[in-house]
Amino acid sequence: MSRALVSHMVKAWGGARNAPVMAQVGLVVMIFYAALALLAPLIAPYPETALVGGMFEPWSATFPLGTDQLGRDFLSRLIYGARNTIGLALATTLLAFTTGGFLGLVAAERGGWVDQVLSRIVDVLMAMPQLIFALVLLTAFGSSILNLVLIIAALDATRVFRLARAVALNVVSLDFVEAARLQGHGALRIILFEVLPNVIPPLVAELGLRFCFVFLTISALSFLGIGIQPPTADWGSMVRETAALISYGDVTPLLPAGAIVLLAIAVNFVVDWFLLKASGLKE
Amino acid sequence: MSRLILGLMTLVLVSALIFMVVALLPGDFARAILGPNATPETVAAFRHEVGLDRPALARYLEWISGAVRGDFGLSFSSRSGNTRTVAEMILPRFRNTLFLAGFAALMAVPLAITLGVLSALYRNSWLDRTVNAMTLTSISLPEFFVAYLLMFFFVVKIPLFYSLASVDAGTPLGERLLRTALPALTLVLVTVAHMMRMVRASIIAVLASPYIEMARLKGLSPARIILRHALPNAWAPIVSVIAVNLAYLIVGVVVVEVVFVYPGVGQLMVDAVSKRDVPVVQACALIFAATYILMNLAADILTVVSNPRLLHPKEGGVR
Repeated sequence: MSRALVSHMVKAWGGARNAPVMAQVGLVVMIFYAALALLAPLIAPYPETALVGGMFEPWSATFPLGTDQLGRDFLSRLIYGARNTIGLALATTLLAFTTGGFLGLVAAERGGWVDQVLSRIVDVLMAMPQLIFALVLLTAFGSSILNLVLIIAALDATRVFRLARAVALNVVSLDFVEAARLQGHGALRIILFEVLPNVIPPLVAELGLRFCFVFLTISALSFLGIGIQPPTADWGSMVRETAALISYGDVTPLLPAGAIVLLAIAVNFVVDWFLLKASGLKE
Repeated sequence: MSRLILGLMTLVLVSALIFMVVALLPGDFARAILGPNATPETVAAFRHEVGLDRPALARYLEWISGAVRGDFGLSFSSRSGNTRTVAEMILPRFRNTLFLAGFAALMAVPLAITLGVLSALYRNSWLDRTVNAMTLTSISLPEFFVAYLLMFFFVVKIPLFYSLASVDAGTPLGERLLRTALPALTLVLVTVAHMMRMVRASIIAVLASPYIEMARLKGLSPARIILRHALPNAWAPIVSVIAVNLAYLIVGVVVVEVVFVYPGVGQLMVDAVSKRDVPVVQACALIFAATYILMNLAADILTVVSNPRLLHPKEGGVR
């Protein structure tokens, strides 16, 4: 599995030079965000939650982007926000992928009642708008970071399940899977070593799209005040906390919102190019 | 017919899910709401008052049969002497939400169809490429970003509209339209690109069929081919695309209402979630889910109605 993934990434890297301009820009933006997230404590001028100035100070040499409603440096919070928001979104996406993907492959390989039960559960879960369902679940369990990750991962896993199952159904009917079964290999072994390597490419493209979706959902929930809770710096809640400034003609609240938009667009352009390459279509 | 039954079954299952999730899973609400200092007697009394001590199935049946008649019980925020039923909290707000969604749809749908047809007509032109880039961009735009951007330009820079969409039952229509212009515009911007893209796709699919080739060989103008030959046959997919997108509009309304402090169901629901006012959350969720499911069902049915051939698949007869 890992070897297939690595060779895929190497190929992708080789192709990056011939990628469309938008995809290249997207890649650069993604690398920039990753650097921000990883090096946050080194880059940020002030600590994440320290009160270093007065409330809502304007942009100045000491505070490049001013301070927020409690007197924390806005630029530093923006930089730490990259770490918190992206980190959580990544963790959630990976969790959604492992559970959703694994169950999807199990459903495809086992078939019969296992498939029926799993598919019907997913049908019902998907019949409700995701944001609304997330709100209901957050009411039941309360908003904590762990709950947020688990809830959104569970809801997102349904989408991954659908895709993984659909792709894997084409694979399990092939001869080499049948051969593996006749050799007496167990279901788990067949799923992990025969089916999984052959469904990786479409799932990788989907990973990008799901990341975007998860990232936007977490930001929306934080913006609504029921996602990531203070004092953790995160872009969604930062928009909410400084929103009042906009009526005074101050663009500060648009910065964290813009940070969200820029990353989401970058990921989308890269995924778009990936999909185009994977499908081999040149319109 | 079978789709109708399936749709209703989904609705019942989803309602059960909404109820179950909040009612059966952990988090002792009595304790969460009354606070850590509540005596066991108060907790027990509260549990009895809201019926938490009775079996879940009985409570579900009671809840859903009430919900069908428009009775969602009492909000947790009501105390003796000051009763607040969920229905009276939701009803005026539901009208507001429908108004906002309808207003946005009236702008978005014609715009999406016109732009979709144009970009199908002038495929690979600058217009088409712009549309394509816009679609990719717009699925990455959170509603609150668009909302604050609009607010920045049309309230702060050019004072044209209001940043607070405060309306009540007595607001006259003209004033109401002016006050809800920005929230509606936000919804239009976040939905129109996707709708337009799907309109374009369904027209292009029709354009590939032989009779269009025939019309082209006859020497008809591109505009005539699209309007007289392609569009009538593309209506079915377009209508279902619109229904699906309107379902999305109803949900996108949640964030937009919070930004503009618009008194709608979405804002009520977000408030209720942070206060953990379970009956209100359940009722709002049921309303949103029902609208969403019914819209998707309508999309399915419209597809079949506008193309009766789908009722008779080549093998196996009517499903």
